[in-house]
Amino acid sequence: MDAAQALADLTEISSQIEAAVLFAEDGSVQGSTLSDEAVSAELAKGALELLSGAGSFRSEGGAAVTQLEASGPDGSVFVVRSMAGGIVAVTGPQPTVGLVFYDLKSALRSAAAEEQPKPRRRRKTEESGDAA
Amino acid sequence: MRRKWLALLGFATGAFAGAFLYRRSTGSRRSRLDVYFDDGSMVSFGEGSPESDRLLPVARRLVASVRR
Repeated sequence: MDAAQALADLTEISSQIEAAVLFAEDGSVQGSTLSDEAVSAELAKGALELLSGAGSFRSEGGAAVTQLEASGPDGSVFVVRSMAGGIVAVTGPQPTVGLVFYDLKSALRSAAAEEQPKPRRRRKTEESGDAA
Repeated sequence: MRRKWLALLGFATGAFAGAFLYRRSTGSRRSRLDVYFDDGSMVSFGEGSPESDRLLPVARRLVASVRR
């Protein structure tokens, strides 16, 4: 499954999510539910800004930020960090927080599954050779 | 009769006050920032704290940019 398919599934599953953008560690957009590239880039950049800003709140212990939610009366912004970047989503006011985080992590896993090569199946002759 | 009427009025007033307080606590959700860390901890910053004052405008800008 590629990033576009993962995002399409995400918006189909979660009616609360108005927009979502998959981004790389450097802030480049990997996929977006938005047609406007400038807004997608702005979301990715803003997500990195939120993650780095939130990371500076806790200097002791060295714990890294894995996810955050910034909520307001007009809507909420969710950011989930992954190994290679992350995903940012905008919802309406008062979303179901746990459900949105779950859906975003599922989308991240789906998008990451495409990047990793599938393990090759071992041939029967190799298995029998190992057994012998 | 008068005592019964007063009891009914007291019950209605109490129910109204309870409903008002419940709606006020749940209906108008204030802005806040919840940050989750990889050690399993979570910190919530309410509106007016220096941390949320720094990052909530970024979030508001992102929400506004999506709805433009």
